[in-house]
Amino acid sequence: MGIGSKFLNMSLLKYESQQREPLVNGDKNYHQITEDLIGPIEMKPTRLWYIGFWLSVALLCFGVYSIYIEVVYGVGVWNLNKTIGWGWDITNFVWWIGIGHAGTLISAILLLFRQGWRTGVNRAAEAMTIFAVICAGQFPVWHMGRVWMAFFVLPYPNTRGPLWVNFNSPLLWDVFAISTYFTVSLLFWYSGLLPDLATVRDRAKTKFRKLMYGVAAFGWTGSTKHWQRHESLSLVLAGLSTPLVLSVHTIVSFDFATSIVPGWHTTIFPPYFVAGAIFSGFAMVQTLLIVVRKVMNLQDYITIGHIEAMNKVIVLTGSIVGCAYLTELFVAWYGQNPYEWYAFKENRANIMSPYGWSYWLMMFCNVVSPQLFWSRKLRRNIAVTFFMSIIVNIGMWYERFVIIVTSVYRDYLPSSWSTYYSPSLYELGFYLGTFGLFFTCFFLFAKYFPVIAVAEIKAILKTSGENYKHKMTELEKADPEKFYHEEVDHAPVH
Amino acid sequence: MAGGIKKFVVGAFDDEAVLFPAVKNVRKAGYKIHDVYTPFPVHGLDYAMGLRQTSLHTVGFIYAALGTITALGFMSWVFVKDWPMDIGGKPFFALPAWIPITFELTVLFSAVGMVLTFCYLCQLSPFVKKHHFHPRATDDLFIMAIECTEKTNDGEVQQFLQNAGAKEVNVQEAETGWWLGRYDREQKLYREEKGY
Repeated sequence: MGIGSKFLNMSLLKYESQQREPLVNGDKNYHQITEDLIGPIEMKPTRLWYIGFWLSVALLCFGVYSIYIEVVYGVGVWNLNKTIGWGWDITNFVWWIGIGHAGTLISAILLLFRQGWRTGVNRAAEAMTIFAVICAGQFPVWHMGRVWMAFFVLPYPNTRGPLWVNFNSPLLWDVFAISTYFTVSLLFWYSGLLPDLATVRDRAKTKFRKLMYGVAAFGWTGSTKHWQRHESLSLVLAGLSTPLVLSVHTIVSFDFATSIVPGWHTTIFPPYFVAGAIFSGFAMVQTLLIVVRKVMNLQDYITIGHIEAMNKVIVLTGSIVGCAYLTELFVAWYGQNPYEWYAFKENRANIMSPYGWSYWLMMFCNVVSPQLFWSRKLRRNIAVTFFMSIIVNIGMWYERFVIIVTSVYRDYLPSSWSTYYSPSLYELGFYLGTFGLFFTCFFLFAKYFPVIAVAEIKAILKTSGENYKHKMTELEKADPEKFYHEEVDHAPVH
Repeated sequence: MAGGIKKFVVGAFDDEAVLFPAVKNVRKAGYKIHDVYTPFPVHGLDYAMGLRQTSLHTVGFIYAALGTITALGFMSWVFVKDWPMDIGGKPFFALPAWIPITFELTVLFSAVGMVLTFCYLCQLSPFVKKHHFHPRATDDLFIMAIECTEKTNDGEVQQFLQNAGAKEVNVQEAETGWWLGRYDREQKLYREEKGY
């Protein structure tokens, strides 16, 4: 086998340590996996699904109404003021974009790191990424006010000079970053879905389902050559998405970091934003998957081990974020810039200041509370994880709020300090509306698409399935020498 | 388009550990494997079948390079030649500021190009109709299709597959055309590959 082909054999090695927890529980075979994972989407939706779905649609309608009012009367219906030109709107944008990052981390970075556990959660996490990016994209677009002019952000030959967009501006970098991120995530997600959609197609009982899934599956047959190309495609897309996901939040942080506003003008922003994004994204994955695994009966595929692994990422990234907060404070003091230090000391850290409460809420949610996850017992506790995932998402929302609002509400001159900013009903409605959009999409996804990558689970079954692990252990005990030669040292074929 | 009817002997295996030696034996015996359809990527099967490595990643690199050149070329043209803007006396050719967009377009071109190429090479698209040898090829069976020529005795091939461990064996006919896959010609014969 040449080097090239070794490189392309990207999934797990043949042998997996018996010390590792199984990734698929129960006595499964390939057909059982298909039944378990495709079965739920072939059934009629449950009452719970309908309740959730229509609640989401209701929220979405509220969002649409809020946007309608905003478009008709202008951005003035929001409580933005002088000096807070960026309020909830950009906070929500950064928050949603951050949420999306976990999906790419799971699907791309963990693929490159050969983390077998990603197979249980990657499909749902990637879907979450796509929906989160769609939600995020709404904010800058509607913030434009005259949204029908939104195409002005694209560099196209025009009759105004031609006047081009400013390629030196971080806001334009954002346009490219977000749209590329969305496109690449969508391609990655959908190319991974093709084989599973083909499975659904081949099981379909009605003509309509056969047609719909047939169209969606692009005529996938499962040919070896196609798989070979598919593997190569996934690997390269993973390789592309990895720097892409880092670049996206880096560029989002540039929106702030390249300005000279005290509180924004710091070089620590890119890594700090990326870590925060992954942190909040994993929390959202936990929120969604804890519900999904319960409702769709997928406990054998999204195991406690998966949840624990994600909690480890949360405690790691949460601690990185904590370090970043402290570094930022230290540098603000050490840098001896009075405005910078004032922004940190008085606008944020001073709990008696107008927004001091939000800073300490953020500190508590993002830095203190995830430390619970140093305990293995708590990491493996579903209730604690679910509760923590909500706390982390609140904390990360406040991080963006703190960065944005507390940096701008007091300008250099006290005479231009703004009045206390709190959102108007329409800002709130817009935010809730994106929740509606997100969950509407997610409910539809969970109903019509396999929420777990079926083919990928099958590919790891014989190395990481519980029943196969037992068999391996028995083989190993019976004759370690033979076991080593046949299983561990086993190259696929020659 | 259609070039007549082709006959295939189709064997269904339920275990990849049986499939591998079977593939090897079938090829050794001189039969031509049209394709093997599997529900998930079976690593090393492409090698066992004597398929050459894909060069999709090379194509990805070319698209990426195209993206880099497009982005840098376009921004340079706009800001240096077409509409130079004096921003605080800074140079028109502001390379560091263009790196983010250059990077994004590199990734975008590469990803979009690769996916389109992948779909083209595998002939995947909505509304294509392909011949499916077995409905459980996407569920739990590994389906080997052996192409028959006039000389092939299909009874013999069926027996051969059964001996090799196939759970189900049958003979199928399919109209020839692109939907059967175009790459079977790149499969090397066992003899050539092993040098005898």
